[in-house]
Amino acid sequence: MAKVLMKGNEAIALAAIKGGVDAFYGYPITPQNEVPEYLSKHLLANGKVFLQSESEVSAINMVYGAAGAGARVMTSSSSPGIALKQEGISYIAAAELPCLIVSVMRGGPGLGGIQPSQADYYQATRGGGNGDYSLIVYAPETIQEVADTIKESFDIADYYRNPVMVLVDGLIGQMMESVDFDKPIKERFLPEKDWATNGTANHPGRRNVANSLQIDPNALEQHNIHLQEKYNLIKKNETRYEMINFDDPEYVIVAYGTMARICRSAIEMLNKEGIKVGMIRPISLFPYPEKAFDEIPKNAKGILCAELSMGQMLDDVLIANNGRHKVGFFGRSGGMLPDPEEIVDAIKNFSERVVK
Amino acid sequence: MAETTVKYEKTKGLTDKPLSYCPGCTHGIIHKLVAEALVDLDILDKTIAIASVGCSVFSYEFFNCDAQQAPHGRACAEATGIKRVLPDNIVFTYQGDGDLASIGIAETIHAANRGENITVIFVNNAIYGMTGGQMAPTSLPGQKTTTSQNGRDTDWTGGPIKISEMLATIDSVAYLERVSVHDPKNYLKAKKAIKKAFQYQKEKRGFSMIEIVSTCPVNWGMKPVDAMNWVKEEMIPVFPLGVFKDKGADNE
Amino acid sequence: MNSNIKVAGFGGQGVMMFGQVLAYAAIYDEINGLWFPSYGPETRGGTANCSVIVSDKQINSPTFKDANHLVAFNFPSLEKFREKVSEEGLILYNSSLIKDDVNEEGRVCVGVPANDIATELGNEKVANMAMMGAYLELTHLFSDKTIEAIIKKFLGERKAHLLDVNMQAIQKGKDFIKDLGVTYA
Repeated sequence: MAKVLMKGNEAIALAAIKGGVDAFYGYPITPQNEVPEYLSKHLLANGKVFLQSESEVSAINMVYGAAGAGARVMTSSSSPGIALKQEGISYIAAAELPCLIVSVMRGGPGLGGIQPSQADYYQATRGGGNGDYSLIVYAPETIQEVADTIKESFDIADYYRNPVMVLVDGLIGQMMESVDFDKPIKERFLPEKDWATNGTANHPGRRNVANSLQIDPNALEQHNIHLQEKYNLIKKNETRYEMINFDDPEYVIVAYGTMARICRSAIEMLNKEGIKVGMIRPISLFPYPEKAFDEIPKNAKGILCAELSMGQMLDDVLIANNGRHKVGFFGRSGGMLPDPEEIVDAIKNFSERVVK
Repeated sequence: MAETTVKYEKTKGLTDKPLSYCPGCTHGIIHKLVAEALVDLDILDKTIAIASVGCSVFSYEFFNCDAQQAPHGRACAEATGIKRVLPDNIVFTYQGDGDLASIGIAETIHAANRGENITVIFVNNAIYGMTGGQMAPTSLPGQKTTTSQNGRDTDWTGGPIKISEMLATIDSVAYLERVSVHDPKNYLKAKKAIKKAFQYQKEKRGFSMIEIVSTCPVNWGMKPVDAMNWVKEEMIPVFPLGVFKDKGADNE
Repeated sequence: MNSNIKVAGFGGQGVMMFGQVLAYAAIYDEINGLWFPSYGPETRGGTANCSVIVSDKQINSPTFKDANHLVAFNFPSLEKFREKVSEEGLILYNSSLIKDDVNEEGRVCVGVPANDIATELGNEKVANMAMMGAYLELTHLFSDKTIEAIIKKFLGERKAHLLDVNMQAIQKGKDFIKDLGVTYA
C-alpha cells in the first residue's frame, strides 16, 4: 500500500485494524465519529467485533471485559465522553489490562464545543479516575505519526499490561493528509496472555481473575508499589520526544500535536528574521520527556509553552524546567486555532508571556 | 465392614474459600445452585463469572471458574465485552438489586435488548446490604431502611421497580423467571430455572435472567426464619414468582 | 511552491469536494496535500468551508493567517474571507450568485458564472467543477490528466456516467477564463 490521502479519524481506524484490533466498543460523539463508522464497516466484514454501546460508561466496561478475556480491544471518544469513561479506565489500569483508548479532544469544559482543543491534557495525564494510576499517553502531530502510533500502541499496551491513550485534537481527527500504513513498527517480544479470563479449560489448574479489589490495605499498597515500578520502567523505555532546530536557540518552544505543527511554521518565520528558536516536541505526554529540558542552553532567554488550552502541560514544563529558565505561556482555547504569526508575535514579545 | 457411599459432597463449582455471607442470607444457597448448574452442564471450565459491587463482590473468590470483577452496575457491559470476543464461552453476571436495578439498569436493559447470550443471576433482597441497609430501588412500600426511616414513601421515592416485568417486554430476551429459595419446593424450582438459563446460553438462545427473591436478615432486623417468612408474606406479593418469558417454550 | 487555499460556500455546493479534489491531486502528483473542513452542525445546510494546503515541501502548520487563493461560492463566504487573502492573492467567486463587482486592492478578483455554466450543461451539481476549471486555468496547479483521474476516483463506479459532464464543466470553466483574457500565475 503506497501513500494514500486519508482523514485522521479513518486513519486511526485503519491503523487499528493493521495493528490487529479484535474488538471495538464505543458511543458516537463529535469529532471522532469517523472512527466507529469506519470500523463498523471493516471489522464486521472481517469477522471481528464492532459494537455500539448504550453509553460511554458501558463502552469502557465492554473494553474492560474483552481486555480481561485477552482480546486486542479499543474504544475512542472525545472530551465529555472520555470524562464518562474515567471510572472504567481506572479499573482497567488497576487490573493491569491492555487496551487502546483514542481521545479526540474538543473544546471544554462541560459540553463545551466541538472544535479542536488540547484542554484534556490533565484528563489524559492526571486522570479523572480514582487512585494512583497512569496511562501511557502519546500525542502524535501528523496523520502518519497517528497511524504509526496506533499500530504500535497495541504492542505497548500488551507488553506493559497497561492502557495506552492516543491523544489528538479534533483537527487531526478531521483533516486529510497522506499516510503510508506499511511503515514497520518496532518488534517486541510479547509474552502469552496466560492471565486471560478465557475459561479454565485454557489453563487447567489455575483460575484467572481480572480484579481491582484489594480489601487488605497492605496488599493494596504493595499493588500500588508494583504499579509505580512499572510506570518507572515505562518512563525509562517509552519516553518519546523530538528536538527541533536545537542549534543554540535563543528561545525554546514546547508544544505537542497540532500546536507543534503551527509552531514549526512559526519557527521557520522567526529563523528567517534571524531569531533562533528551537522546539521540544513531547510525543509521550506520560511519561513526560523531562530530560529533554537539560539540553536547553544555559543562556537561552526563555521557554514558551504553547497549547490549545489555558495552560495544562504548562505544569509539566514548569516541573521539568525546575526554575532554570523563564517560562512563558501561549494558549488558545474553546476551539480557536492560532496561525503561526501569533506564535511569532508571542516569541517577539516574550516578556509579556512570562508566567509569574 | 460396610462400604462408605458418598451421599452428598460440596459441588466442584465452588472453591474452598469460606463464604463471606451473613447467617440466614440466601446468597450461599444461590451460589450453590449456580455452581451446581455449571457442573451439571459440564461448562464450568469455559465459564467466566462477573462479580458485581455489593455483598456478592467477592463472588469471584467463590465460583470455581475464571472471573472478572465489574465496576458498580457495569456487570452486563463487561459480560458483553467478554462474550462478544469469546462467543463459545459461558458468561454470567451475579448482581444484587442495587447494582442491577439502580446504577446498572441501563447496562442491564441494553444487554437484554441486544439479546446478549449471557445469563444474569439477579439477587433481589429489597435493600442495600453491603453498605448497611439503605433503601433499594426494589424496597417495598413502607419498608423501613436507614435512608427511609419512616418507611418507603412511594410518593417521594417511587415504588419497587419490577425488573423481570420490564425485561419481559423486550423481544430479544430468551428466558426470564422469578424464583425464590425460601422453602424446599421453591428451592427446587429455582434450581431448575437456573440450570435452564445456562442451558439456554449453551444453546445460544440469547439473554436469560433469573431473578431470585432473597433475604437480608441482618439489615431487615429479623431472625433468619422470620426473614424467610417475610419473603413469602411481603415480598412475593409485590414480586410474584413465575416465568415471564420463555422463548424455548414458545417454539416448542 | 506552497498554496494556502480557502474554499467556502453553502452546504451542498460541493465546497468540500472542491477542496478534497485539490488535496487528492497533490498526492497523485507526489507532492504534499492537506485538507481540513469546518465541521459540525454549522455545515448542515448552513455555510461550509475548508482549508487546503498544497506544497512541494513538508506541510507544517495546518492553519494559516491569509489564504493565497479564496474560492467563494456565495456572498456570505466572500464577505467572511475576502479580508483574509494575502497580497497578490487570488479571489475567485461565483458570479452567478454574487452580482456585485468584487475588488480588493492588490488581489486578483475573478468572477465565474458557475451556476449558469452548470445549468447550460443540464446538471446544476457541476457548478463546483466549472469553478474548478476556472481555478486551474488561473493557477495551473494540476494537469487535466491528474484532475480527471481524481474526479474518476470521486465518482466511483456508481456515478461513472457523470465523468463526462464533470469534465465538460471543467473545460467550460477554463474556456471562460481564456475568453476573459485574465491571467494569474
